[in-house]
Amino acid sequence: MLRSVLVLLPAVLMFAGPAEANKVFVTNERSNNVTVLDSQSWEVIATFPAGNRPRGITISPDGKELYVCASDDDTVRVFDPETYKELHTLPSGPDPELFALDPSGNPLYVANEDDNLVTVVDVKTRQVLAEVPVGVEPEGVAVSPDAKTIINTSETTNMAHFINASTYEIVHNVRVDQRPRYAEFTADGKKLYVSSEIGGTVSVIDLSAGEPAIAKKISFAVPGIQPEWLQPVGIKATKDGSRIFVALGPANRVAVIDAARDEVIDYLLVGQRVWQMAFTPGEEFLITTNGNSNDVSIIDVKEETVIRSVQVGEQPWGVVVAPN
Amino acid sequence: MSSLSLTLAVFCATVLVALPLRAMEVKTAVLRVDRVAGPPISRLDAPPADLGFAGGMLGNEDNRTTGQFTGMDYTLKTQAVAPEQAAAALDALKAEGIGLIAVIAEGDILKTLSDKAGPEVLLLNAGARDEMLRDGDCRANVLHVSPSRSMLSDSVVQFLMWKRWSRILLIHGSHPEDKLLADSYRKSAAKFGAEIVEEREFVDTGGARRTDTGHVMVQRQIPVFTQDAEDYDVIIAADEAGVFAPYLPYHTWDPKPVAGSAGLRAASWHAAHEAWGATQFQRRFEKLTRRNMREEDYQAWLAMRVIGEAVTQSGKADPASVRAYALSEDFELAAFKGQKLTFRPWNGQMRQPILLTDGRVTVSVSPQDGYLHQHSPLDTLGIDAPETACHAFGG
Repeated sequence: MLRSVLVLLPAVLMFAGPAEANKVFVTNERSNNVTVLDSQSWEVIATFPAGNRPRGITISPDGKELYVCASDDDTVRVFDPETYKELHTLPSGPDPELFALDPSGNPLYVANEDDNLVTVVDVKTRQVLAEVPVGVEPEGVAVSPDAKTIINTSETTNMAHFINASTYEIVHNVRVDQRPRYAEFTADGKKLYVSSEIGGTVSVIDLSAGEPAIAKKISFAVPGIQPEWLQPVGIKATKDGSRIFVALGPANRVAVIDAARDEVIDYLLVGQRVWQMAFTPGEEFLITTNGNSNDVSIIDVKEETVIRSVQVGEQPWGVVVAPN
Repeated sequence: MSSLSLTLAVFCATVLVALPLRAMEVKTAVLRVDRVAGPPISRLDAPPADLGFAGGMLGNEDNRTTGQFTGMDYTLKTQAVAPEQAAAALDALKAEGIGLIAVIAEGDILKTLSDKAGPEVLLLNAGARDEMLRDGDCRANVLHVSPSRSMLSDSVVQFLMWKRWSRILLIHGSHPEDKLLADSYRKSAAKFGAEIVEEREFVDTGGARRTDTGHVMVQRQIPVFTQDAEDYDVIIAADEAGVFAPYLPYHTWDPKPVAGSAGLRAASWHAAHEAWGATQFQRRFEKLTRRNMREEDYQAWLAMRVIGEAVTQSGKADPASVRAYALSEDFELAAFKGQKLTFRPWNGQMRQPILLTDGRVTVSVSPQDGYLHQHSPLDTLGIDAPETACHAFGG
């Protein structure tokens, strides 16, 4: 008992200090803008126009460039996170929705749904480096922690494609359930989680043996909610690999998964049609976008409770937090 | 199955996918049987020459893209024939070794084809709405991806009840299919507690459907035709033959909305539908065909995707295996309607949400909120298991 208290103590101290205030950027799909929140006060500090139908959003590791998929403009818009001015655009192919940035900050991997391609874009030269043919309607994109593998999920082919990041060739295809939306690696790169929105499951893909293999499919059940509305979309894994959070779309819940057993241990009630999520840099908080209630929910990660919700623009979709 | 063997089974499946295999051939067809029909009331509704085929082609493309990764080679043959050639066309397809066939035909023709096809063929009904094909006249070798009349009429009446427009003036045409549709609306009204306060029949007296300045006549006739009705909230038009319904909106004696065959229509698909990722799907279709997607196209696409999913998941391409997998609990299909589509095992009907459209936008999607069911809210639309007279599926 004493020992466990001692072990816990430093962890508590670490989190007890005031978290740094970071900017939280939320894309509002319908109001065509980005809402900026302060991660300490949770006040809205700015709103700026972001093109037509902004959805996917990410930020460079140095915090100097904010990337927004302006879906109806068929481009990726790049903004200055300080001045909120548009710096330039990147070629993306039609209707960009989701993308992932290499951990080094370059290149950007964009899912190009109309043409069944993953487009690789150099964010410095603004040139297309490669186009990788994948399955029908590529959607989710993830980069492995070692940056050697790109994952793309194809919504109608229902696969996770494993793409070699240097040759741009597909090296593995893993079948998952219907309409895979999002892929998330654990920090150690040993597991990959893929959400299937219509299938209603999260596939856990074991990567430790080299050849990827589905180790488990996680299902969801919430009393009083029709099973067909339990639609997993966004996924976030804590850096320590202990917890996986899964946004369940129209079920208005975020599932908390114990990653050691890959079992659901709790469901947190958030806003309506919860879609994507982002951690603050120290993982004190997890922010969820709630598309049908026009707000974001703030989850205290350690306590695994929702501490508040903040009104943003219309139909919030994506979220990213500026690095420290 | 123990969890270890399950893991092993999944692992083996994964390895299979990763390895290049000798391609397994999956031969499919879309057979369309065209009856000679007059021009539609609106020239916008004139059927394109590739009606249904284009949807089948997109479904086949989707299957082929997936097939590259799974070692399966999908082919599609499309064919349009007159009713008297339908049986010979089916024989010719069978002779070519094509046993997975989407059929876009009227109900009586489909029934004849299914009786002729035998158990070695699987037909996917991508056209006929007839209730009897899902009920007393159901056939074990037919799966219905097209919704039935009752699924469509239930969708409309659920929405009207949600609006609390429960008093209905039912106007039906004089053709047999109009009467079947009117009967479907009567049953839907009884099922959901709406009241048909009055019925009127619009008799088709023949003649050209479109004439120059025809609107002048319509503007005088329809108000009189709808005059002095019992107090009602909404008109439901049952006009499957396409003789009069589009003339009702704005011309009714009372300022009341129209639903059914005009105004608010129930459809398996509409070219304006954008929810649940449909935009990308519409765009892929338009890029391939240079036109908007119609219901027959969506249904033919569904038929091809049912085949594709069953073949991908079961690893088998013979009609019996495709049928067995499609009817099993494992089958599920994402099809841009916000939830998985599955088959009713008691009559081979695909469960699906139904779009309600005014022709420009998606007005709503049924089933409506609050219509609950012990198995699936989708089963509040159409014939449910306890009512079925279909026994060809072991029920």
